[in-house]
Amino acid sequence: MLIFEKSSTGRRATAQAPLQQADMEGIPAQFLRRQSASMPEVSEMQVVRHYTQLSQKNFSIDTHFYPLGSCTMKYNPRASNSLASLPGFLARHPLAPETHSQGFMGCMYDLQEMLKEATGMFAVSLSPAAGAQGEFAGVAMIRAYHDARGDDARNEILAPDAAHGTNPASAVMCGYKVREIPTGADGDIDVEALKGVLGSQTAGIMLTNPSTVGVFERRIKEIAGLVHEAGGLLYYDGANLNAILGKVRPGDMGFDVIHMNLHKTFSTPHGGGGPGAGPVGVSERLEPYLPVPMVAQDGEDYVWLTEDNRPESIGRLSAFAGNAGVLLRAYIYARLLGRDGMHRVAEFSTLNANYLLKRLTDVGFDAAFPQRRASHEFILTLKRQARELGVNTMDFAKRLLDFGVHAPTTYFPLLVPECLLIEPTETEAQDELDRFVDVMTTILQEAQNDPEKVKSAPHDLPVRRLDDVRAARDLDLAWRSRAKGER
Amino acid sequence: MPFIPHTEADIQAMLATIGAPDIDALFDEIPPALRCGELEKIPQGMSEMEVGRLMNARARQDGQPLCFIGAGAYDHHIPAAVWQLATRGEFYTSYTPYQAEASQGTLQLLYEFQSMMTALTVMDVSNTSLYDGASALAEAVLMAVRANRKSKSKRILMPRSLHPAYRRVAHSIVRNQGIELVELPFDMESGQTDSLVLEQYAGEDFAALVIPQCNFFGVLESVDELTDWAHTNKMLAIAVANPVALAVLQPPGEWGEQGADICCGEGQPLGAPLASGGPYFGFLTCTQKLVRQMPGRIIGRTLDLDGKTGYTLTLQAREQHIRRSKATSNICTNQGLMVTAATIHMSLLGAEGLERVAAACHANTSKLVKVLSALPGVGPVFKGAVFHERVLRLPLETKDALRSLAAHNVLGGFDLSADYPELGNAVLVCATEMRGDEDIEQYRSKLERVINARIQTPCKLKPDW
Amino acid sequence: MSDTPSELRYAKSHEWVKNEGDGTVTIGITDHAQELLGDLVFVDMPEVGDNVEAGSECAVVESVKAASDIYSPVSGEIIVVNKALDDAPETINDDAFGEGWIFKVKISDAADLDGLLDAAGYDALVAEDA
Repeated sequence: MLIFEKSSTGRRATAQAPLQQADMEGIPAQFLRRQSASMPEVSEMQVVRHYTQLSQKNFSIDTHFYPLGSCTMKYNPRASNSLASLPGFLARHPLAPETHSQGFMGCMYDLQEMLKEATGMFAVSLSPAAGAQGEFAGVAMIRAYHDARGDDARNEILAPDAAHGTNPASAVMCGYKVREIPTGADGDIDVEALKGVLGSQTAGIMLTNPSTVGVFERRIKEIAGLVHEAGGLLYYDGANLNAILGKVRPGDMGFDVIHMNLHKTFSTPHGGGGPGAGPVGVSERLEPYLPVPMVAQDGEDYVWLTEDNRPESIGRLSAFAGNAGVLLRAYIYARLLGRDGMHRVAEFSTLNANYLLKRLTDVGFDAAFPQRRASHEFILTLKRQARELGVNTMDFAKRLLDFGVHAPTTYFPLLVPECLLIEPTETEAQDELDRFVDVMTTILQEAQNDPEKVKSAPHDLPVRRLDDVRAARDLDLAWRSRAKGER
Repeated sequence: MPFIPHTEADIQAMLATIGAPDIDALFDEIPPALRCGELEKIPQGMSEMEVGRLMNARARQDGQPLCFIGAGAYDHHIPAAVWQLATRGEFYTSYTPYQAEASQGTLQLLYEFQSMMTALTVMDVSNTSLYDGASALAEAVLMAVRANRKSKSKRILMPRSLHPAYRRVAHSIVRNQGIELVELPFDMESGQTDSLVLEQYAGEDFAALVIPQCNFFGVLESVDELTDWAHTNKMLAIAVANPVALAVLQPPGEWGEQGADICCGEGQPLGAPLASGGPYFGFLTCTQKLVRQMPGRIIGRTLDLDGKTGYTLTLQAREQHIRRSKATSNICTNQGLMVTAATIHMSLLGAEGLERVAAACHANTSKLVKVLSALPGVGPVFKGAVFHERVLRLPLETKDALRSLAAHNVLGGFDLSADYPELGNAVLVCATEMRGDEDIEQYRSKLERVINARIQTPCKLKPDW
Repeated sequence: MSDTPSELRYAKSHEWVKNEGDGTVTIGITDHAQELLGDLVFVDMPEVGDNVEAGSECAVVESVKAASDIYSPVSGEIIVVNKALDDAPETINDDAFGEGWIFKVKISDAADLDGLLDAAGYDALVAEDA
């Protein structure tokens, strides 16, 4: 039942609004609303109960194992939330003067410095509000760099065919054409094919390493050399930074620009889809183009760098300073971990992934790249099960939900048929991984003995499989009051 | 090991299963020459208590000055239930609802959010949010250019009275696609978009006219006339609105003869704390006709196998994970948690509560303006009606006045001199429902002292700290 | 899979073309193409009066999990679009070669038709992909 359907005319949560009803003195009637908005009229307790009950229909990290590949669903420390929510941080107006911002700015400056060190980049700007905005900023900087040199005939960005869809979409937002590079049978990029398409039209290449197929791109140095030789720049998509934190740095691999997903690697909450934060780091030659604002140190004081003192910047990407509260949470997490903790992120996420891969292949599942080490995640292909048993990846995913496990990422990357991309993260204990193996084994047995049970899953959730076709054909995107009728 | 559950026995057992001698062996595919060192510049880890001490000190350092700045971020009361509910682990630590059956809580909430935003703006459809108001405007501009298949014009009319940061953000985001934002001046007397200048563009080929309500100066624009003008000249009308103001102001869907085509704005006033500028969320609503041009996640109501109502992500073929280079936007997520808070916030306040908040803000700002205008040399710059912000002229340099006020722990407003030098010594002030009579009196008395000091010492005023 | 009609011509990108014999052609997507896409939920049609070039994108068909560009196999002017698909895109799933036609073009160069496949050639192409 929707909150609107719990509404009764005249009922209100009166404690929440100002007691006095002021009038809109001085505003001519033509500007005023004639009919109140059609909002729920409910009591405070109804609201609390309604949304508490809704929350209980969600799977989340706090309640379920959530091995959603490429999303790094690890434990989100409670301290990050409570300390970022201290009154001084919540009350600070984004346009407060620097005199009243030194505490906040100090945190941001420290975070910039820590991210520089962790990624091996020359400079960092925290302002992009999410990974996709970081990607946009990164490609826009590549363009600004070429344009500033008068090298503006470069109109093409390269990306592997296995790349996340955001990569090509971001490149197009920056006015580039996108050309895809094939992935070889071993999961690495096809370097010969890359050589064939590099040229004076190449603005850059967007890579993830470990790649979206869950393995480390071993010839990265060679690739970097080839792209640089052709005059292009290398973009690092930080989606999989969790796998290498403290082990190898994008700057050392030869990347010119990177974005980080702090909601993944630095464990800020995913919040049902956001907010994230997507800081960007660059090599020295791209430094002038970093998005504003940034924080600098001037003697004892922290100062803002804006359009005024960074004229070559690609500009501002949000009205204020990006998702500041997310950045604070990431900072708190980074301070809790420290240098050793960062090494352990890569170590234990990799240990968990390789352990889980080994156990799952031992019980009869097929790895997509059996000759390769897993990074912090790996791909199973259920092609054989789909062919032999008629039970596909979607069916496995839905059946997992019945066992209280959030499904891994399904059908991505597209080039591996019937795939499950599994990322256990470092915060899961061995017993939880073993339980997952048991559940997968059970479902495999069901698929052999009672395939209908798997194909019609889930059975024990608030709803069964939903009619997506109906949802897209007969669009119902908002509740409308029956009394007032359809618009 | 913070957040790592492994015991030494676990590690050994797991390595034995894998068949690796130690954890380091798991990184054997990384060329040894690339391996990095100790990350020396990153400090050692700290306990929660130590980090708590550090963060408390830093949060205290910024004080909690009495704030009369608005300029796109507004200090409203947030009911206690809002964030207690939003930070429940089931909302806080879930992700994008890819598995609909395991995400009905988030999905239904987002559908309710879409319903509330369409009700508030009186538009047909809403997405589930973008990063913030400024980036939502940039996306609205891109939508308008895509929707204009006839002339394919890439020019947009954008008033100078629109938030300067919004104009900068829109420029940063759309310029690489060859889109031109043409600035419309404002009338120096009313503070509204200058209709005479607008008329010079009649008949020209633009994809859209942007209409802020209210504009950056707090001034109400003649939205009916502007919307009709846009439609007469074959442009889309893009509304940029404050959602709290919408509780009392004419909704964009009813502007002019046909209503605005797209409405966007900053969702922060609906339950997000000021918090240094983010996370907030941008909202975006539009007419049914434009639904397939919309960026971002959209939730639809449908039925499950048993005919039971359920909610799911829909119209995904617009999005980057399917359409890749041809997607409507590169955006992947929404600002889910902020929208969770906003939906709960709107449920608690209801239409009447939001109206009360809006009216209280309007009344407090009117009071502030009246009280301050009694000081010598202080007074409103524009004649036009305002919602909850107003531009005041000061008898001394704005920067100096604000610096002195800040030294008294009063943030006296937003300094307009850098963005609008033509306004002289002007400051944009705002008093929400949170600023009571005593607060207003504090501002008045501090400003009086600053002005008197200035009159007594005609040399350049020095900050008194 | 239904039989591939022999009176039609086919593009490698899975469009079919029916020569109406009066200088116009009708264009749709093949039954094989609709099967690959699954249940269609929307067709983004070109505008009547648009000029299209052979091989250019001019429409999009969407299913829940995919979207596919439709390329005009011939050059010319769009003279009619199948409005019925606005409310019933599933017509393409039900009758790809008939009621599920998408648009008609007044061709500017009849030679465009020569480069297209016949039914046997298209069937061979589909068999190769499988």
